[in-house]
Amino acid sequence: MKAFALFKKDFKSEMRTRYAVNALAMFIVVTISVIFFSIGQERINESLTAGLFWVVIFFSAMSGLSRAFVSEEERGTNLTLQLIAGPSTVFTGKLLFNLILVFAMNIVIVVLYSLIFDAFVIKNMVLFVTSFILGNVGLAVSSTIIAAIISKAGAKGTLYPVLSFPILLPLILTSVQLTIFSIDGTKFEEAIVELMIVLSYDVIMIAVSYMLFDFIWKD
Amino acid sequence: MENNYTVEAINLKKVFGRRLIFKDLNYKFENNGIYGIAGANGSGKSTLVKIIAGVTAPSAGKLVHSFNDVVVKPESLHDHIGLVSPYLVLYDEFTAWENLSLFAEIRGVSFNKDKAGSILKDFNIYDRKDDYVKTYSSGMKQRLKFAFAFMHSPQMVILDEPISNLDNEGKETVYNLIRTESENAIIIIASNEDTDLNLCSSVITITDYKN
Amino acid sequence: MIWKIITFLLLTFVSIAGITFPIVENPTAWYQFPIIPGLEEKAKIIFFHVPTAWITVVAFLMSTVYSVKYLRKKNLEDDIKSYAAAQLGIIFCLLATVTGAVWAKFNWGTYWNWDPRQTSIFALLLIYGAWFALRSSIESEEKRASLSAVYSIIAFVTVPFFVFIMPRIMTGLHPGSANDTNAGPVINFKMDPHMRLVFFLSLAGFSMLYYWMWQLGYKSMIIKDKLNQKYY
Repeated sequence: MKAFALFKKDFKSEMRTRYAVNALAMFIVVTISVIFFSIGQERINESLTAGLFWVVIFFSAMSGLSRAFVSEEERGTNLTLQLIAGPSTVFTGKLLFNLILVFAMNIVIVVLYSLIFDAFVIKNMVLFVTSFILGNVGLAVSSTIIAAIISKAGAKGTLYPVLSFPILLPLILTSVQLTIFSIDGTKFEEAIVELMIVLSYDVIMIAVSYMLFDFIWKD
Repeated sequence: MENNYTVEAINLKKVFGRRLIFKDLNYKFENNGIYGIAGANGSGKSTLVKIIAGVTAPSAGKLVHSFNDVVVKPESLHDHIGLVSPYLVLYDEFTAWENLSLFAEIRGVSFNKDKAGSILKDFNIYDRKDDYVKTYSSGMKQRLKFAFAFMHSPQMVILDEPISNLDNEGKETVYNLIRTESENAIIIIASNEDTDLNLCSSVITITDYKN
Repeated sequence: MIWKIITFLLLTFVSIAGITFPIVENPTAWYQFPIIPGLEEKAKIIFFHVPTAWITVVAFLMSTVYSVKYLRKKNLEDDIKSYAAAQLGIIFCLLATVTGAVWAKFNWGTYWNWDPRQTSIFALLLIYGAWFALRSSIESEEKRASLSAVYSIIAFVTVPFFVFIMPRIMTGLHPGSANDTNAGPVINFKMDPHMRLVFFLSLAGFSMLYYWMWQLGYKSMIIKDKLNQKYY
């Protein structure tokens, strides 16, 4: 599959240059330790724990996920890419790459977070895993399309969180709620509306991204 | 072999902001011809090249690519086109050979090792095919771009300033390559060099389409 | 021309009526408003605050409509129209936020409560802010037009989510919120007919004013564009 070949190219390139992974790893460590130092010995409640969990995820995502498109644009290889692949192939390839990055990043965050914070104990594992997967997909899709936009604009670094935050806000708010539910041990059935909101967010963002990517990608 | 690839420009127009590059450009590229695009520096040669290659959208008008009388869809246009351009950058962190094989894979075709290898041999860089592109000189990168443009046997190849950065031996190889490949493909050369334009059967001058 | 005079008269009437018409216990004359317990004089904000919030949404909608139009036709005038609408949108958005916050201080006790509608208008403010930040970072007109059009469409599709999410996360204070049992004056139209008249006149007046300002805005921008640069 063509998109998978593009993903493989990005993966190989990432293995050699480590553009995104280094930034991501450092950001995870930095944000978690800032939170850790500011809380100290205090035991924080569930909603604060869930909120801070998503703060870490958001800022870590903002540090590394724009690389997919920005690195092509900065080096000028986007022209080469346009000559070997159609727009939808490019978007799928980049989305695959960001999906892997988001899942890897968030699994690391979950592990570190549950080691460090006592309040972060998941009572409803099924709900947490479901919302984790749906939330990660939404995060990857939105950050990929916004990365495509900012790669074509100036002031790339500062613009990324500014543009992403309003788009990710509905996803983050709902995901925070779902994380609170998972810590609380709320029944799966009671959280079905929130899960549906995240699912429809994912579907709508995927559809809109594929529809609009062509306009971003062609100069 | 008769090549049934045609590209027809219909009322093509490009403006940047309020700056007119060209307008009312009607032209038809067909049947293995060698075409030239001439114009002073900054007149918009590279812009026209990018529009023909389908990577830049025109401001108005359209460009119809057809292969065996079937219109080529934008999504698969890149399969039929090869491009050499000063704006083209290959991936620094891969070797030349890796670049070419990755491109074939992303295109979804099997890697034609013989063709890529023979072009690299013609250009005398086959021995260094396993070196990283970042170690290449600008002339070597230019040579490698020809392998990129021709490796998938496209129906149309657009060469934007093909001999820039090349020494005399490299230039000669380019001209030989153009002559042999023009039997199978439409070749478009955008250049100001007389030696390049002498190869062409017809030449478009961009400034003719300014008014 | 005639509608501009009507707009002027309408807004003059609304400004005077909205501020000076007395609130009495048993309204008899057409210019008297009934007392709403707990609001009294503060109820009059509805004539000014709600129309500004309404214009914020209308401007956002129009900006997106012209963005779609731009992507279809690639006509830079559509981009200018979209830009003019968004410029007014962010002004009215700020007005709605500030008037609401000041009013909330006197009625709900604090300037900001993260009530669903406050959160939604905050999200709109963020979107507008991000949109202008994006535009200012792009030099080429075509690129700026198409990228900001794409962004406004993406932002537009996320807005409806707030309608579903907000009421579930936080309790509403605004009239007409999901958990508002003592019937708000706006949403279910239990508003007194006298108030309703002034309210709808105000809504109409503000909409016409917005349309007028938007026309002036985009036309002057197009003229300025033509004066500045010619094809060369």
